[in-house]
Amino acid sequence: MKYDVLINRAVKEVRDGMFVNLGIGIPTLVADALPESVNVLLQSENGMLGIGPYPTETQLDADLINAGKETVTAAKGASFFDSAESFAMIRGGHIDLAILGGMEVSESGDLANWMIPGKMVKGMGGAMDLVNGAKRVVVVMDHVSKYGESKVKKACSLPLTGQRVVHRLITNLAVFDFTENGMELIELQPGVTEQMVAENTEAHYTVNLA
Amino acid sequence: MTLNIYHSFKEATADIPDGATLVVGGFGLSGIPEKSIQALREHGTKNLTVVSNNCGVDDFGLGILLANKQIKKMVASYVGENKIFEQQYLSGELEVELVPQGTLAERIRAGGAGIPGFYTATGVGTPIAEGKETKEFNGQTYLLEEGIVADFALVKAWKADTLGNLVFRKTARNFNPIAATAGKITIVEVEEIVEVGTLDPDEIHLPGIYVQRLLVAENYEKRIEKRTVRKEA
Repeated sequence: MKYDVLINRAVKEVRDGMFVNLGIGIPTLVADALPESVNVLLQSENGMLGIGPYPTETQLDADLINAGKETVTAAKGASFFDSAESFAMIRGGHIDLAILGGMEVSESGDLANWMIPGKMVKGMGGAMDLVNGAKRVVVVMDHVSKYGESKVKKACSLPLTGQRVVHRLITNLAVFDFTENGMELIELQPGVTEQMVAENTEAHYTVNLA
Repeated sequence: MTLNIYHSFKEATADIPDGATLVVGGFGLSGIPEKSIQALREHGTKNLTVVSNNCGVDDFGLGILLANKQIKKMVASYVGENKIFEQQYLSGELEVELVPQGTLAERIRAGGAGIPGFYTATGVGTPIAEGKETKEFNGQTYLLEEGIVADFALVKAWKADTLGNLVFRKTARNFNPIAATAGKITIVEVEEIVEVGTLDPDEIHLPGIYVQRLLVAENYEKRIEKRTVRKEA
């Protein structure tokens, strides 16, 4: 699978007992890759804590969907609530970890992932609330765009989803942390060299490999 | 205002005037008040401002009001599922205010709770902060956001009793309870009405105080937007 490198690394961010929100797209796939030893409650912005697997045909229920509008089931221990309650737990810092997709991330930890000027604006959904509310924000994305441009920028060129909100960035080339000392390269993906990261990164970062 | 139980969606929605502001429950196509929306479509009420998380799809949910050019302005967090929306937006026929989902939910909740405004960190440093008042709390910047009160709320619940006490089902709850609080007149459609006293007070999700008009309907389509299934074990 094309995104296995991202997913395999993102899974390691999830610890047993966490409350986790997974964004639409690649982040959602992290749920299926979680080891059995890691028990978490997955939050869905539309009003559910404890997302279960997709339903069988007989379990299918139009009244039970996730934030991506996909039919789901409720896990053991799940609860339902209204949208204000849902974002109260997000905004109030009760979600341990949010994993989101990205279009661009800047060296100061800004994230752009909701609109491209000149193209149809679909809306930000819950992303702006999540990046400001979750205790920890991890972004997973390709390092370079399909046009060959670095998506890891000095400053985002696209309108922001949040300012200085990203704690960790996982790309297909590397893992970066955003700290008081700025952006740090902390890991290389398998088969990737420091040189490859440098050549494909517009942002300024320091190297702090373990 | 006391509760009236209606027997016709046409009657229950007929006095919604052209130019009214509506807050409408639902997330995607889940938990949408599909019968009230259909009645508005048949009545042809125009120039509506609609506050709702999404705007349906081309041929279902709020999308049918768009297709009939009944919506003047949409206040929503995500509208990506709708081609007619895109056409009307690009041609300038439709005004759009995009609001982060949590801010939208809180604006509706605040409106219904008599709170005219509140501060949130959501949106700071982004395009949605433009023109908004900010304030520092403990060294962090927050945006002032305003509560929303609508002329009418259109709500879908699962069950009601004859006093309008409501019970919602699973994630079809979503924006519905808060929408119900933010309507000057709240119209609720349910799948079942039970006698008062049948519901345990502990199981009531929303007290009937917020509900002015109640209707029961059958044959809900409950269209599924993304049908994702796994194989039977």
